[in-house]
Amino acid sequence: MAAGSRGVNYHWNWGILLEPSPDGQGTYLDMLLGGLRWTIVTALCAWVVALVFGSAIGVLRTLQSRTAQWVAGAYVELFRNIPLLVQLFLWFFVVPELLPREWGIWIKQLRYGAFYTAVVAIGLYMSSRVATQVSAGISALPKGQRMAGTAIGLTPAQTYRYILLPMAYRIVLPPLTSEFLNTIKNTSVALTIGLMELTGAARSMQEFSFQVFEAFTAATVIYLLLNAIVTFGMRALERRLAVPGFNAAR
Amino acid sequence: MFSDFDFGVILRSLPYLFKEGMTFTLTLTAVATVGGVILGTLIAMIRLSSLPVLPKIAAGYVNVMRALPLVLVIFLFYFLMPYIGQWALRADQPIQVGALSSTIITFTLFEAAYFSEIMRAGIQSIPRGQVAAGYAIGLTYRQVMSYVVLPQAFRNMLPVIFTQTIVLFQDTSLVYVLSITDFLGAASKIAQRDGRLAEMYLFAAAVYFLISFTASMLVKRLQRRLAVAR
Repeated sequence: MAAGSRGVNYHWNWGILLEPSPDGQGTYLDMLLGGLRWTIVTALCAWVVALVFGSAIGVLRTLQSRTAQWVAGAYVELFRNIPLLVQLFLWFFVVPELLPREWGIWIKQLRYGAFYTAVVAIGLYMSSRVATQVSAGISALPKGQRMAGTAIGLTPAQTYRYILLPMAYRIVLPPLTSEFLNTIKNTSVALTIGLMELTGAARSMQEFSFQVFEAFTAATVIYLLLNAIVTFGMRALERRLAVPGFNAAR
Repeated sequence: MFSDFDFGVILRSLPYLFKEGMTFTLTLTAVATVGGVILGTLIAMIRLSSLPVLPKIAAGYVNVMRALPLVLVIFLFYFLMPYIGQWALRADQPIQVGALSSTIITFTLFEAAYFSEIMRAGIQSIPRGQVAAGYAIGLTYRQVMSYVVLPQAFRNMLPVIFTQTIVLFQDTSLVYVLSITDFLGAASKIAQRDGRLAEMYLFAAAVYFLISFTASMLVKRLQRRLAVAR
């Protein structure tokens, strides 16, 4: 392609994906796929954090105790009303400063510091959304279910474990699916602290190769595929877990 | 642990943080909300119309936008815009688009996808009988939409629109990736210049929290009011 005409019209060069990238790890395509791997691993780990904390807070919200409700409410408001990027910076730059010196230094020297930070920050950020869904799911159940649990002699913990939560999760599976998709998308914010996830990989491919649109189009296609696969998988999961005769939508 | 906290750095940078940073953040939020709602309403109307092909294109646009991370879209549009400008203006070179106009266009186009889903739900919440009644008394499609359906759809969806605006307000912090001086960008520049990361980021978090929290409380009140009125 004539170098002289560069800048006048964009020169597409899809072959760039198969050319070696400057990081010496293979082609540019390998670089993007490496980014995809970080995106998936980070999203999955953050999702575990979000589910664990989100479920705990969601349950707290539905307890009788006023204190529990207040704590859960405060937690949700705190994590929901600060932008994810700011939360990420707080965990990455500020928390190590506020901890005892040795801990802070240890955290800063972690090999995959950006990854761990992203998991914690995105996980807790998403946990406030999961909590809202879980408590909505529990509240959507007929009151009789909780009473029935008590009537057959279950403790509150057992009622939640064996009766309320299994049904509540089934009810909120569709909104949880979209929260999981949001978790995947949110991992891209972690490029600001140096995590080489998919968007970050596309960005550095663009910086090295100057093939802006090949880089971002390829990343776009990968995100769309990932989205489709997750949506498809979750639909299948919904069907598999459906309890015969119980229509969650009603 | 807070002993060497320097609150002075916050005080000294207040004019910069708010006059430069917050002004940009709020302007972007306001413009993208208004633009996004208008464009989103058009997209929703197209999707619900019986036109050929166009509803599918509109649905495709909405689904693609909603599947992509905003950070990716910010980058993509930032690089794409000069070439679109070149094509639109038939210029022989990619035109220069500043980071500011680029982000305004990006956020408007991106948020339009989300607002269109809200408006689609709003339009569908109006009983079909009202549309039929409108046609029966001789109103045109435009009149039915602008006098009967849309005013009620807006009213019903107002709390959801505002909630999305709060999300948008928080999302504007992502323009950080283009090194723009929004509120977070301003805080971050001072933080790095003076080596005061803890002070500046905690302060930024507190300001974002106060604004978003207050706004969401107001939305809740609005929601209760509308619920009674209906």
